[in-house]
Amino acid sequence: MKELTNEDKMLGLKEPKEKGENIPKAVISVLGTDRVGIIATISQSLAQYNANILQINQNILEGLFAMIMIVDTNEITIDFDQLKHTLEGKSEDLGVTVTVQSEEVFRYMHRI
Amino acid sequence: MALEFKEILETIKMVQMQNLDIRTVTMGISLRDCAHPDIDVFCQKIEKKILHYAHNLKEVVEQVEKEIGIPIVNKRISVTPIAIAAEAVEVEDYTPIAQTLDKVAHQVGVDFLGGFSALVQKGFTRGDLRLINSLPKALASTKRVCASVNVASTKAGINMDAVKLLSEVVKETAELTKEEDGIGCAKLVVFCNAQEDNPFMAGAFHGVSEPEVVINVGVSGPGVVRAVLEKHPEVSISEIAELIKQTAFKITRMGEMVGCLVSERLGIPFGIVDLSLAPTPAPGDSIANILEEIGLERCGTHGTTACLAMLNDAVKKGGSMAASNVGGLSGAFIPVSEDAGMIAAVEVGALTLDKLEAMTCVCSVGLDMIAIPGDTPMETIGGIIADEMAIGMINTKTTAVRIIPAPGKKVGDKVEFGGLLGHAPIMPVHQFSSAKFIHRGGRIPAPIHALRN
Repeated sequence: MKELTNEDKMLGLKEPKEKGENIPKAVISVLGTDRVGIIATISQSLAQYNANILQINQNILEGLFAMIMIVDTNEITIDFDQLKHTLEGKSEDLGVTVTVQSEEVFRYMHRI
Repeated sequence: MALEFKEILETIKMVQMQNLDIRTVTMGISLRDCAHPDIDVFCQKIEKKILHYAHNLKEVVEQVEKEIGIPIVNKRISVTPIAIAAEAVEVEDYTPIAQTLDKVAHQVGVDFLGGFSALVQKGFTRGDLRLINSLPKALASTKRVCASVNVASTKAGINMDAVKLLSEVVKETAELTKEEDGIGCAKLVVFCNAQEDNPFMAGAFHGVSEPEVVINVGVSGPGVVRAVLEKHPEVSISEIAELIKQTAFKITRMGEMVGCLVSERLGIPFGIVDLSLAPTPAPGDSIANILEEIGLERCGTHGTTACLAMLNDAVKKGGSMAASNVGGLSGAFIPVSEDAGMIAAVEVGALTLDKLEAMTCVCSVGLDMIAIPGDTPMETIGGIIADEMAIGMINTKTTAVRIIPAPGKKVGDKVEFGGLLGHAPIMPVHQFSSAKFIHRGGRIPAPIHALRN
């Protein structure tokens, strides 16, 4: 990428930022039917990749098992994409839907 | 402040159960510097320019989608109206330009590229005429190119010569794509007061006052609004308006976030969020269903216009608080073929063309994705377009017509376009002729309230 000229700056162009530079926290959600070992499986993977669990909340809502974890991903040993892929890959084995999202999404929607 | 469990769950439910998505990230690219008399050189220049800015659009958007875990359904491009960009090209037929755009769109992996367009509300230039005359062939020979022509505005009035010309174009395009029920017409929008920064297809183009390159975002989420209303069956209309406002706010925040992220990663300025509620054929993702949830037995019955007016306004109010720059069409879309509830309402006879026309007075677009009998005279199509343009002109709002006279089809038949374009029952039109009016030509002068200086 060549350096931006003054004209480029007037056009509003900037240096592109690298992907996923900082996703400090992730929200892991598990929705589906309750069974033994859901939290164990998820937290085992998190420990393996050095993701620290900050908060866990579990509930049955409208007949649905819902577990939400907020996780510190600052020190993880793999990149965010891989962590997401690994955890979401557990969905089928556990018979639930696992979703990993940047915490920023929820903050943006619910906080100004 | 820490996020609450129920807030997190609300967002997750919106995505997983209520079809919340970001409908489109659209990159607008100016092609004004590509002018050249030789068509081959011109085509090379536009190809090079689009590739320069958009080569990694798909990749970057998909990365953002992964991180935030909210689907971004479409990646799209809009360009300077080709009638302007190609004015200097010394050819009569602009079809090869459309084919180049189609090829580039395919190369960068976007599903639609908009801007095979002309702005002729006050009259034609040579380039405008060449573009309009090229439309049927261009639309029939490309898959991803979308076209639009602005034939009216509050400032200029209605160019009735253009209305007539476009009616012929609509008929011819349907005929050239008759194997697919006239699908070419689904990629052609006739506008009044077209928006220069609209990210939604088929009407997107990169307006002449837009910057070199820009990222615009269109949000969606009729399913989310309906689900919220479902939870409050007994509240008054004032409270419903408030609920819709709050929901629109949350949906729009997602659009704002995606726009900021994509813009940062590409190093390209963020333009606007378009606050529209855009339905899809998916069950529940329907504007008609929202209106029915408010308390209409079927969309199209008496009271529909009032409910839609409230919905449209509440979406704007909530959305405008959530984003720093809003633009585009921003409101509720009421396409027929793309909304399962609208289709059902037409099929049971609750929703007619006349009622749809009334609804367009209070919402963000116009007569959208409507299939009519293939033998509808061109003059009747002209009359439909002129009526819709008049509504936009007098009310200082955008209106549009995207109508498909499906070849060989009659009232009672169906057309199937597939994907986001959905399917549509053929709707009846009035049988009395508009021919003399349409053949008069000329221009309907701008209304008195255009004189605001």
